[in-house]
Amino acid sequence: MSDVETHETDLTGQEAYAARTRRGRTVRHPSPKEYIRIAIVLGVVTAAEVAIYYIESLRSLLIPMLFVLATIKFSLVVLWFMHLRFDSKTYARFFLLGVSGAVTLYVIVLLTFGAFSR
Amino acid sequence: MAALDQHIFESEHEATSTGLPNTKLAMWIFLASDCLLFGALISTYVLYRGASIKGPYPSDVFDIPYTSVSSFVLLASSLTMVLALAAIQRGDQGQMRVWLLATALLGATFVGGQVYEFTTFADEGLTLTTNLFSTTFYVLTGFHGTHVAIGILMLLSLLVMSFTGKITQQNSLSVELVGLYWHFVDIVWIVIFTIVYLIPTGPGPT
Repeated sequence: MSDVETHETDLTGQEAYAARTRRGRTVRHPSPKEYIRIAIVLGVVTAAEVAIYYIESLRSLLIPMLFVLATIKFSLVVLWFMHLRFDSKTYARFFLLGVSGAVTLYVIVLLTFGAFSR
Repeated sequence: MAALDQHIFESEHEATSTGLPNTKLAMWIFLASDCLLFGALISTYVLYRGASIKGPYPSDVFDIPYTSVSSFVLLASSLTMVLALAAIQRGDQGQMRVWLLATALLGATFVGGQVYEFTTFADEGLTLTTNLFSTTFYVLTGFHGTHVAIGILMLLSLLVMSFTGKITQQNSLSVELVGLYWHFVDIVWIVIFTIVYLIPTGPGPT
């Protein structure tokens, strides 16, 4: 968080427009350079996903590893590109309600129909 | 919510009871509800995974390197989308137009790739009604592709609006809203790419 924290007085007129506050601290959306860094990480994680798909010795660990890598990518996009890390927590609460509700509901459905025991 | 945030927001938009833009809150609620839609489609795919009694099966038709490139294209479009938002937030109309156009072109490349993939699968005998795999696969990825196509229309609308003076630094919320939708389409693809393409299914019925 510290890398994006700034003081109101440090902001130019244009930057001030993007500035938002959370719990009394002034924060702003990431800079283009930070977006590019996140995109590079996303690219590397995707490459890692595809690479482990082809590594036979990792077959037994493939599914958990893919879920971990997908979760990392999902979180990076939601937190940085969609700004949930910087915006009001109200947005995060609504979105988490939808995601967690969907995951809970459909895991129960899949368990009920024995999808994981096949 | 902090008073300063409310002050910044209310000085630029109409006041709301939450202190947050209603349109942005509505977009987040819409995206939350869309999670349930895609959750249903993904669950249906998982439920019928390996249950087809005749081919072609996923391992017969999937081309992982090709789909990986499509995934990189969609990830790149998320980057260009945030760069468009960053550009308009610093008042750079020209850069915003360039990045919006780049995002739309990358999205169109993804959809074009999906159309090519569907055509190839159909040529190999996998149509919507061939088996359980084909039905659940086409419906899931087809819905996602439709979302991407709608996103492209929204991006092009923003581009047109920018030339008519309706997108300004003080009115960048519409770019942010389209951006939220676009990134959501990206995160749905992250899940689809993992569950549908990368998690292997046996060569035939299980």
